[in-house]
Amino acid sequence: MAEKDCSGAGHQAPTLAAAPPSPIPRETWEGCSVLLDINDGDRLVFARLSPAATLKIGNKKCSLGPLLGCPFGALFRVEDGPGGPYLARCSPSSRPQGFRGSKVLFLGPGTIDNSMQESEKGNTTENNRDNRLLIDNNTAQNLSSNDIDTMRKEGATGDEIIEALIANSSTFEKKTVYSQEKYKRKKQKKYAPKVLLRRPSTRSICETYFKKFPARTGFLRVDTLSLLLCMANVGAHSDVLVVDMIGGILTGAVAERLGGTGYVCSISFGATPYPSDIVRMFNFSNEVRSRIVQIPFSDLCKSHESLESSESLLNTKESSTLTESSSYKNSIAISAEPINQELDLMEDQPVSNEEMLTFPANSEPNPLSSNSCSTDTIDYKHENNASITHEPVNKGRRPPPEIVDWWKTNGFSSLIVAAPESDVGTIVQELLPLLSYSAPFVIYHQYLQPLAMSMHRLQNSKMAINLQISEPWLREYQVLPSRTHPLMQMSCFGGYTLSGIKICNSDTCEK
Amino acid sequence: MLSIDPSKRSSLERRICDGDLVIVYERHDKVKAVRVQKGSDFQNRFGVFKHSDWIGKPFGTKVLSNKGGFVHLLAPTPELWTLVLSHRTQILYLADISFVISYLEVVPGCVVLESGTGSGSLTTSLARAVAPSGHVYTFDFHEQRASLAREDFERNGMSSLITVTVRDIQGEGFPDEFCGAADSVFLDLPQPWLALPSVRRMLKQDGVLCSFSPCIEQVQRSCEVLGAGFTDIRTFEVLLRSYEVREERIIGTEGVQDSPVGSLPRKRRQCISRDVNNDSKEITTTISTVVARPCRETRGHTGYLTFARLACS
Repeated sequence: MAEKDCSGAGHQAPTLAAAPPSPIPRETWEGCSVLLDINDGDRLVFARLSPAATLKIGNKKCSLGPLLGCPFGALFRVEDGPGGPYLARCSPSSRPQGFRGSKVLFLGPGTIDNSMQESEKGNTTENNRDNRLLIDNNTAQNLSSNDIDTMRKEGATGDEIIEALIANSSTFEKKTVYSQEKYKRKKQKKYAPKVLLRRPSTRSICETYFKKFPARTGFLRVDTLSLLLCMANVGAHSDVLVVDMIGGILTGAVAERLGGTGYVCSISFGATPYPSDIVRMFNFSNEVRSRIVQIPFSDLCKSHESLESSESLLNTKESSTLTESSSYKNSIAISAEPINQELDLMEDQPVSNEEMLTFPANSEPNPLSSNSCSTDTIDYKHENNASITHEPVNKGRRPPPEIVDWWKTNGFSSLIVAAPESDVGTIVQELLPLLSYSAPFVIYHQYLQPLAMSMHRLQNSKMAINLQISEPWLREYQVLPSRTHPLMQMSCFGGYTLSGIKICNSDTCEK
Repeated sequence: MLSIDPSKRSSLERRICDGDLVIVYERHDKVKAVRVQKGSDFQNRFGVFKHSDWIGKPFGTKVLSNKGGFVHLLAPTPELWTLVLSHRTQILYLADISFVISYLEVVPGCVVLESGTGSGSLTTSLARAVAPSGHVYTFDFHEQRASLAREDFERNGMSSLITVTVRDIQGEGFPDEFCGAADSVFLDLPQPWLALPSVRRMLKQDGVLCSFSPCIEQVQRSCEVLGAGFTDIRTFEVLLRSYEVREERIIGTEGVQDSPVGSLPRKRRQCISRDVNNDSKEITTTISTVVARPCRETRGHTGYLTFARLACS
């Protein structure tokens, strides 16, 4: 695609078909779920908006009311008003501009050549400055904490305090432009915290969990989740079978791609569905939600024989052949502790006891279950005294019987397994017969060995082809004039996938 | 190719018909797209396959050649299509495609703008993501490539989801009628920064842009221009590492197995053969175990993906 020559011919303009109603809500409403990004990802909070909902930022409790009816992507700042601290919308111009605060050297479009030159010039003067004059003796700041307190009492805004700090810093002028920006950002976080209103989507929800509570979603990174969805050919009108033992993120991600068509059928071994609380973080319409169904494995079995094997599958699950299994469980249990304490999720949790009971998985000692999470968040809400109303959520909705019959004769269009604590090899062997011929499937795991074993078994059983174990590798970059390089810290592991395509074994399928 | 039409969808009941597109699978790195035509043949190093033998068989079936060689016939998917399509340009592969679709937050009903169309690898996956009610408007300045891509989309039953137009997006920008109408925009252009002012006008508020560039200098210039009007600017590189799995025989001695380090894990069949040598007392055992390691060679670089959100006014 590197040809610069334009043929010029065939300039018939495409016509924009009568635009369908946007599938993506662009503004918030009462009762909608939002993701609040406080100080550039320092803190990420899921919340449900209502006039009464509040959020504590630093030591200030702010109403979330001002966020109602605002566009996603809007930025807010904590301001002090006569009635206490409140969230005020700030215009994009007052936003500390741009990517990692580097805008100083950037000009607008249209003056690209100029801007390039200027940035080069900027860099030359810039390069003369370095840290040779910086001495760490803690005397650079002439403003004392008492001075700052006095300013606050006199009603100074966060920005004014930051300006005063800069004016009274003896070293600020000697810093490079970049470290000046860094200094400003650090002070801004402390004295003028900002809240970015984000829309919960598969991307933002998965990133939030991966960053803040990775154990809850089986350490699934967003690029890996994206791979699962593509490898399983998830699209409108497909019937996707999932084993989602990672909190519902997978079910939610599939439902988002189905857009109210087809079905995502979450299968469970045993009578109780797996917890899927994360599904509530999405703002799904009733149409989309109605396409999420749950079913126990035994209900999809065609014969008594497979029922028996389902029981044996349950048993193998208990006595997992994996040697790592026990230590793995311990590691999760340990890491689950601090996560739940620092919990920042204001999910709409089942409030009534009845609803609590419909989440039977909570009673199991499943470290990935959100049991403690619901308690915590309920306390949190109680403390905030915010009455959160919510639409009826999907309480393990069963698929209509005629649909189950249709699946039995036609098969599911694909399968995704994310079952960190189960014997995935056996699960796949059991579930492949439920898929249509030529259906793609993919298994996620954070350990390689179970997938290698499963792949070997599938190769020998001749049930599938195109078998492939892949590991996605994701690297983020800092892009700045003359300062572009990969980020200094990165996630170096996002999980493994085993993908394949079910084939029609000549003994069973040819008539 | 997409499951929008339930009658075309692969199932346990559906059989291959005359006129169907099938993916002929030899090996994971040897696949081909074939349109089934009564009376036609398919030839490869395993011999001649008659299309008429394929009709009436389910997708996923193993079929035999005149010499007894075999291939599998698979139902097409956008992922398989990426492996078989004719490369008119450098194309995007699975890792980039999947990440782009997630990061652009493309869901059914979205309006997506793309330039250039190239060989249509990403376009096919975008179409799957916007189906059934959304639309992909894709632009390429190359007349012939645009029409070849258009033919592909038509044959694959996706023309209701994709519109291909010849237009130089770098020079002219996107057409005005898409102003404020795009949920997301994807650019794969040699000088993407030239198109950014237009992208800014096309996106809905909080809409997402992705620019794919093989070279870091392109990223650098794009990011400088993105400073105006865009936020959440992030650049990524995403690659896939594949693993090979096999059963290995590992020879050990009894002595080693009793070592404090412990024995090698023996997950599967354990074929222990003992060679008891009369002259020495050493006993050797052969253990069979499943092992995995990364493939020795891989794609090291495809391109940098730069994402940005239209800042809220």
